[in-house]
Amino acid sequence: MLSIKNLTVAYDDTPVFTDVAVHFDAGKITGIIGPNGAGKSTLIKAILGLVKARQGSVLYQGKSMRAVQKQVAYVEQRKDLDLNFPINVFDVVLTGTYGKLGLFRDPGKQAKAASRAALEQVALGDFERRQIGQLSGGQLQRVFVARAIVQEAEIIILDEPFVGIDLQSETAIMAIMKQWRDAGKTIIVIHHDLNKVSQYFDDLVVMNHGIVDYGPTDQVYNAQNIERAFSADLSAVLFEKQEVDQ
Amino acid sequence: MTSISAFIGALGRYEFLQSALLTAIMVGIMSGIIGSFIILRGMSLMGDAISHAVLPGVAVAYMLGINVLVGASVFGILAAVLIGFVATHSKIKTDTSIGVVFSAFYALGFILISMAESATNLHHILFGNILAVSDQDIMTTAIVLGIVILFVSFFYKELLITSFDETYARTYGLKTQVLHYGLMLVLTLVTVSALQTVGIILVVAMLITPAATAFLWTNKLVTMLFLSAGIGAVTAISGLYFSYTFNWASGPAIVLMAAVLFAISFICAPKQGFLKWRSAKGGQ
Repeated sequence: MLSIKNLTVAYDDTPVFTDVAVHFDAGKITGIIGPNGAGKSTLIKAILGLVKARQGSVLYQGKSMRAVQKQVAYVEQRKDLDLNFPINVFDVVLTGTYGKLGLFRDPGKQAKAASRAALEQVALGDFERRQIGQLSGGQLQRVFVARAIVQEAEIIILDEPFVGIDLQSETAIMAIMKQWRDAGKTIIVIHHDLNKVSQYFDDLVVMNHGIVDYGPTDQVYNAQNIERAFSADLSAVLFEKQEVDQ
Repeated sequence: MTSISAFIGALGRYEFLQSALLTAIMVGIMSGIIGSFIILRGMSLMGDAISHAVLPGVAVAYMLGINVLVGASVFGILAAVLIGFVATHSKIKTDTSIGVVFSAFYALGFILISMAESATNLHHILFGNILAVSDQDIMTTAIVLGIVILFVSFFYKELLITSFDETYARTYGLKTQVLHYGLMLVLTLVTVSALQTVGIILVVAMLITPAATAFLWTNKLVTMLFLSAGIGAVTAISGLYFSYTFNWASGPAIVLMAAVLFAISFICAPKQGFLKWRSAKGGQ
């Protein structure tokens, strides 16, 4: 279990959120939803150690995140990358082995075989030599999922993985996430498309400058929480049908 | 053609020309390699800044009679640290911070140089003096080239991942700041070596132009490094040839050659050359 207690994170003087407590279970795909600026990205950055917490703790199985750093994989948003960089698909996936290799060791046969296998798993075996700028958004996202596969991490964090990608890629990535879940890993996904929440996530965290609610999706994904995190209007649109049914 | 054989003949006769050529080639190679990382990290301005910021270090080294590399390294790193410090501890953006710090260092360097040495030396520092390379200079340049090659081979994968995807590198625990300052230190050493060949003002051209040229031709980092080093060397040789034949200043001649190779690549390169870009645009 990944548990977060009393977490406060602030850029400059204004805290993004204060005193957050939430936990993520192994063997579950947990979605994080909330409006822009709710603190979703900040929360995962705190888990990843990319931003310093002002106070509070993030522990995985009772250990600090620093101690289990090599057990965490991160699939970031594609827009943050230079797509003209002279690197091909295979070499991007291979960078997934760098963390466990450490300094002064180059990826060997095993690392290369693992990267090849991961590319096959996301159906990009034929794209090994492609420069990354020549891929579609969905293919590129699958490349970064393949890198996460190679990392063999216990915690996998994805930041809006389905933004701007084709349905085929979305389905493929979802299938990989289910395999991870069935292998007992902890999967955390920042998500923006509220329509598929019930379909995709076992557990759900609803955020708006802090945690609005969290728990199993069927208990947490309701009109009241959506109204508190987003707006009454959105809540009405999303849950209209259920109200009619009742 | 006669001028080429004249150049080769002169190379056989004059030791100073041999030393000049050897040094220029080594500088071309090392700037090509380090420059590749500088442009891929979007740090061209930083390269320019560090190359100017070493000037006070050069002056202090003259005054104290210590090795120029030592003096320059201290000021190069100091400038890199200050630039980072100002940018992270204020609302000021990095490019502005670079502008403030490097111009201050450069100005300080001018004053110190004028206190330390005659105006002729200042001219040499600014524009290079490749024809007065001593045996010791060749040794120093060779050592710096060795350091560059070792640094890049030992930290190749770390340099690759921090240039491509720094956030990811931080998530697996890589000390990206340490690597950044390591690169700045090596950059400083390269700058000092290039001082003699092309001078402070044109160092940035040796760092950026061959690397940018190589970038246009390849989609693989290793290839880019070798290509960039090769272009740096070719640039040095042809620049020195023009310098000798037409009595041009060697630094500007070398830099102009680099620019010519870039211009040709810009038009013809298959990856993202102008012609390709235009036909792709027309095709849409």
